[in-house]
Amino acid sequence: MGNVKRSPWLLHYDGSSCNGCDIEVLACLTPVYDVERFGVINTGDPMQADIFLITGGINTQNQAVVKQLYDQMPKPKVVVAVGVCACTGGVFKDCYNILGGVDTTIPVDIYVPGCAARPQAIIDGVVKAVELFQKRSDEMEQKKKESRKEQK
Amino acid sequence: MTYRVIGVIAYLLLAPLLGGLLNGLDRKISARMQGRIGPSILQPFYDVRKLFSKQFIIVNPAQTFLILSYVLTLVFTGCMFFAGSDLLLCFFVLSTGATFLMFAACVTNSPYSNLGASRELVQIMSYEPAVLLTCVGFYLATGSFNVSDIIQSKMSAIFMTPGFFAAFVFILTIKMRKSPFDLSTSHHPHQEMVKGVTTEMGADNLALFQLSEWYETVFLMGVVGLFFINENPWSYLVAILAILAVYFLEILIDNTSARVKWDTMLKLAWGVTLFAAGTNLIILMIAR
Ligand code: SF4
Repeated sequence: MGNVKRSPWLLHYDGSSCNGCDIEVLACLTPVYDVERFGVINTGDPMQADIFLITGGINTQNQAVVKQLYDQMPKPKVVVAVGVCACTGGVFKDCYNILGGVDTTIPVDIYVPGCAARPQAIIDGVVKAVELFQKRSDEMEQKKKESRKEQK
Repeated sequence: MTYRVIGVIAYLLLAPLLGGLLNGLDRKISARMQGRIGPSILQPFYDVRKLFSKQFIIVNPAQTFLILSYVLTLVFTGCMFFAGSDLLLCFFVLSTGATFLMFAACVTNSPYSNLGASRELVQIMSYEPAVLLTCVGFYLATGSFNVSDIIQSKMSAIFMTPGFFAAFVFILTIKMRKSPFDLSTSHHPHQEMVKGVTTEMGADNLALFQLSEWYETVFLMGVVGLFFINENPWSYLVAILAILAVYFLEILIDNTSARVKWDTMLKLAWGVTLFAAGTNLIILMIAR
C-alpha cells in the first residue's frame, strides 16, 4: 500500500459564495497557517487534483461546471464543502436561482461548517479528507491487485 | 571507457534522486523565504509516488508516447554528457526533446496547453542562442567540444569565459521554469492559464514529466559545474559549491521577481546573451 496522504493536491472552486469563505481558504496558504507543510498544493487543474474544495452553493448556472470538474478529476478523489453555503445553501437558500448545497449535484464527503468557515476548521476538514483519500487509494490498489489475480 | 560507463550508470540511477532532493530543497527554501515552514524535503518524491497511483485518464493516446520520447531524449542527453561526449551534440538532442514536449501539449487540443506550447516555443527561442554560445565558449577556452577533454584542461574554463557563464546562468532561469520566466508552465500560485503545457497531463504522464525535470536539472547543473572543473581533483569541490550557489541564486530570483511578458523575456535574454557572451567572445577572438 503506497502512502499517498502526504501529497494531497487541492482544486478550489468558488460556487456562488460571497467570497468570505474563499478568503479564508486562501488564508490557509499564508505563512500563519501554511498548509503546504502537509504537502497541500493549491492546483488549478482538475486533472491533477485529489481533493475538490468548494465554497458557496450550487446555482442553475454553475451546476454543469461543478459536475464537469468533478468528472475530470482522476480517482481516488474526495469532495469537501466549505462554509454553510456549500453545505446547505446557507443564507442564499431561498434565492430563486439557488439549488442548495453542493450535495445536490455531486457526492460530498466532508462538510466544514461556519460562516465564514475558519481556517482552523478548513484545515481540519482537509486533514479528514486526506485520511479518506488514503483509504480510497488503498481500496483502489486492492481492487487492482484482485483483478490482476483474476486475469491470471 | 570504464569511466564513461560509470558516468552513465551513475547518472541514470542518481539523477532522479539528486534532482528530487534539489527540488525539495527548492520548495523548502522558498517557503522559508516567504516566512512559512514549508513541506518536507522529500515532498517531490511523495508527489511522484502519489501520481503513479492515481487513475490514468487518457486524453489522447499519442500524448503518452510523446512524453515518453521527451523523457528518453532528456535522459539520453544527460547520459551523453556524463559519458564525456560532445557538448554541442548534447544540446542539440536536448532541443529535439523540447519539441516532443510541445507536441505532447498540442495533441490534447486544450486551449491552455496550446497556449503553453506556443510560449514554450518563445522560451526555446530566447535561450537557444546563449546555449550555443556557451558551447563555443568552451571550445575557445579549452580547444575542444568534448566534455572528457574539457575536464582534463589545465585551467578551469570559467577564467576565460565569465561572460558565457553569466549568459548561461541567466537563461537557466528560463530553462528551470522559474519566475520571472515561468511562462509556459505557470507555477502553482499563478494559474492564469491553468498549468500551461502540463494542463492535460495527469497521473503517470505528469509523474514522467516531473522525472524528466529532475534529469534535466542534474544535466544543467552538470554544465554549470563544467565551467569550474579542471585536471585538479579539488576543482570538483569548487564545482559543487558553484552549483549550490547558482541553485540558490535561482531560488532567490524566483522568489523576488514577478512574471514578465514574453517579449520582455525575449529582449532580456537576447540582450544579456549578446552583451555578456558577445563581449567575451570578441575579447577571446582578439586575444587568440
Ligand atoms: S458560508 Fe458565509 S462566508 Fe461562506 S460563502 Fe456562505 S455566506 Fe459567505
